[in-house]
Amino acid sequence: MTQATQATTPTQSAATFTGLKCKECGADYEAKALHVCEFCFGPLEVAYDYSALSRTVTRETIQAGPNSIWRYRPFLPVQTNNPIDVGTGMTPLVQTNRLARRLGLKRLYIKNDAVNMPTLSFKDRVVSVALTRARELGFSTVSCASTGNLANSTAAIAAHAGLECCVFIPADLEAGKILGTLIYGPTVMAVQGNYDQVNRLCSEVANTHGWGFVNINLRPYYSEGSKTLGYEVAEQLGWQLPDHIVAPLASGSLFSKIHKGFQEFIKVGLVEDKTVRFSGAQAEGCSPIAQAFREGRDFITPVKPNTIAKSIAIGNPADGIYAVDIARKTNGNIESVTDAEIIEGMKLLAETEGIFTETAGGTTIAVLKKLVEAGKIDPEETTVAYITGNGLKTQEAVQGYIGEPLTIEPKLDSFERALERAQTLDRLEWQQVLV
Amino acid sequence: MAVKVLIPTPLQKFTRDQATVECNGGTINELLDSLEQSCPGIKARLCDDSGELRRFINFYVNSEDIRFLEGKNTALQEGDEVSIVPAVAGG
Repeated sequence: MTQATQATTPTQSAATFTGLKCKECGADYEAKALHVCEFCFGPLEVAYDYSALSRTVTRETIQAGPNSIWRYRPFLPVQTNNPIDVGTGMTPLVQTNRLARRLGLKRLYIKNDAVNMPTLSFKDRVVSVALTRARELGFSTVSCASTGNLANSTAAIAAHAGLECCVFIPADLEAGKILGTLIYGPTVMAVQGNYDQVNRLCSEVANTHGWGFVNINLRPYYSEGSKTLGYEVAEQLGWQLPDHIVAPLASGSLFSKIHKGFQEFIKVGLVEDKTVRFSGAQAEGCSPIAQAFREGRDFITPVKPNTIAKSIAIGNPADGIYAVDIARKTNGNIESVTDAEIIEGMKLLAETEGIFTETAGGTTIAVLKKLVEAGKIDPEETTVAYITGNGLKTQEAVQGYIGEPLTIEPKLDSFERALERAQTLDRLEWQQVLV
Repeated sequence: MAVKVLIPTPLQKFTRDQATVECNGGTINELLDSLEQSCPGIKARLCDDSGELRRFINFYVNSEDIRFLEGKNTALQEGDEVSIVPAVAGG
């Protein structure tokens, strides 16, 4: 942790944003707890004074900041100089060697948010921003509609900040995600339905309870936190943009915000202008965005999710159409993979790079592989795959697919026999592969 | 058919700040006209110039998205609950 967080409302505003603006019709709004335009219901986006940012922000001012997302504070929608900093962000950008070779790519990086702090997913970025803003707007209770990771993060950071917390999740989530929320002591509503039903219920609750729902009435602020995944990659590549990125698609917000992050760095002169290709990954059992992309549609048809990749199982994605737009205009792709391919993707990343990701990460790696094999990623491109969550949270998904430990007696000959057997099995497996 | 309609915050200025209103209608189409009568101006917010539901608004009948039912022609029964929800949420 780089800053104390008890200190409260700042005496002086350090805001660099000017308000909210409808992404569809351009109507302006004050920077309150509002998420949709009252005229056309389009999403509201935070508007910044970019000419002021160009004058005041340099690579040096960023590098002098904390080792967390708050080094980019001028690009985030909070007023305080004392945000909730729980060490979120600045996760490793790993240049892969074995995975790159296996796939036939020259420069492949993994942005590893499986080790983001404090709850091991990219959601800590958006929640740090949302709860800082919630405090500024005077909320004492925070909430969210979650597929798991967001509930972990909201509960943990609310506990740290001393905010009341009530989270909503689908009742059938992985055990690790439920336990990893309960431990922080929030109220947990396990809704008997899928995520889209949880989300709709939360919109109704937000109408009647004066709570700060991070991904409903605080969504314009919350979603801005994902831009830091763009900023960090640019900074970690030596203030350059990659050629191609691959990221998972659930609502489509993360994808759009990484794009916005790159565009903002270009706009204020922190990196050179170039087109980064954006490719998105979905699970076949919940792929409304991939279907719209494939069929050349400019609208999303909702689906009922059925996949092991629960953290990205959103059948009615809020920003889906924006994700399709970005993939099209950057000459990227949106692909989907089966649950079996997702498990293989998780194993491939673990066995080649020592990174244990959850099902969403398996989806990203499987789609990366599929795109390379289809010739849709050039081996010469500097490619970044975004790994957004940790495999320890979705253990059920791989159980039964990764073998068992060899149980032996505490005797040398027992070990020798087991080792020989294991080596024979290994050989047989190789022979099968060769056949 | 008397049905209960849940109104999202941005539209509550048309319903005198009420989060729910009672309305009549045998289908979503008819419900929209009934809503307009009791809350003048609301229909223009829900539908575009060609009369289609706006892209960023979702309708649910007893928790089911009408895009999985019959869209605007979805039939309503006495006592149904219709929820109007801005599409941009979650994720």
